[in-house]
Amino acid sequence: MHEMSLCEGVLQVMQEQAKAQGFSRVKTVWLEIGELAGVDTEAMRFGFDVVVKDSLADGATLEIIHLPGRAWCLPCGNEVRVRQRFDACPTCGGYQLQVTGGDELRVKELEVE
Amino acid sequence: MCNVCGCGEGEVRIEGDEPGHHHHHHHDHEHVHGHGHDHDHHHHDIDTDTHDYGKGPARAHAPGLSQARMVQIETDILGKNNAYAAANRRYLAERGILALNLVSSPGSGKTTLLTHTIEALKQEFPVAVIEGDQQTANDAERIRQTGVPALQINTGKGCHLDAHMVGHALERLQPKDGSVLFIENVGNLVCPAAFDLGEAHKVVILSVTEGEDKPVKYPDMFHAADLMILNKIDLLPYLQFDVDKCIEYARRVNPSIRVLQLSATSGQGMDLWQQWIRATRQVALVGHAASGEVG
Repeated sequence: MHEMSLCEGVLQVMQEQAKAQGFSRVKTVWLEIGELAGVDTEAMRFGFDVVVKDSLADGATLEIIHLPGRAWCLPCGNEVRVRQRFDACPTCGGYQLQVTGGDELRVKELEVE
Repeated sequence: MCNVCGCGEGEVRIEGDEPGHHHHHHHDHEHVHGHGHDHDHHHHDIDTDTHDYGKGPARAHAPGLSQARMVQIETDILGKNNAYAAANRRYLAERGILALNLVSSPGSGKTTLLTHTIEALKQEFPVAVIEGDQQTANDAERIRQTGVPALQINTGKGCHLDAHMVGHALERLQPKDGSVLFIENVGNLVCPAAFDLGEAHKVVILSVTEGEDKPVKYPDMFHAADLMILNKIDLLPYLQFDVDKCIEYARRVNPSIRVLQLSATSGQGMDLWQQWIRATRQVALVGHAASGEVG
């Protein structure tokens, strides 16, 4: 949900950085999106194109880096792969999992000019 | 566009703003009034008028070319809401105010629970309420009938309250030192979970007419809450609701969640809920001047 709003957030980050770092156009955007961040990639792509139209990132290429979901399982003491929040541990079936990776939602870098 | 206050999309309104009044926000874009919108009935018949957040900033195009280069950003996209939430939290801490964010699906009985709770507690300490709904000021008006101040936020198309909206509401409402501030979020078991408002606790309200597996169907919300209120227990004799199973599901997604069972209308269980509020408020008052004055 809110992918459109997230894209507006990405645009805002780019606009702020353009002022701070002195560039005027963005050609490529790399976003890190964790598997557990609850973001729909297709909705993000769609929203991005709509939101950056006529902006400094008009026509920019969107590259999405997917980060896998990882959690620490307290009962079995392993770091395990999880595809969804609140899934059971794939090793022991327990539910006491602490997310250690995969909930990122970040603008990683930009190719600018 | 401001992705936090939603200007440029939907029409966030805070009760009490005059039309034609330009809000001076602490962020730097302009707000423009008079954008066309679909509904005319947003004007509240209650108090005064509403304020539209309006359109977003003009986009700046810097002319000229410079050489293509890579810029490392590493910026969290949801950071803005968290920053506003932190500011709200500081504001509340300075004033010894306990803020509770009440979340649930629509129809769980939040507003009725609130009105009964306020009637029971309003003689003991000051109470204030921020109400969130897409449209109407119905809930704020119901709260005001108990005699405590309430402010309505209409989110328009928005599906949750965010910290920026709540920050503005606090400026308008000015809750007293040592008060309990209830924030009744938009009825929605999905989105409010992701938006910190600066509250001390999220309290999730689930009614027994909703199905005992709701905690595993909407895990983010039950994980984000510290207290679950199981409401409308007076109806249990007429339903097939498995209370133990429901609590088990809630503890699966949140092992440390506390559960209170009650009925706002019959009064069953309400005293424990009030005790929880009193005790939690005492924690909020530790070290604050108001702790000496109010009971």
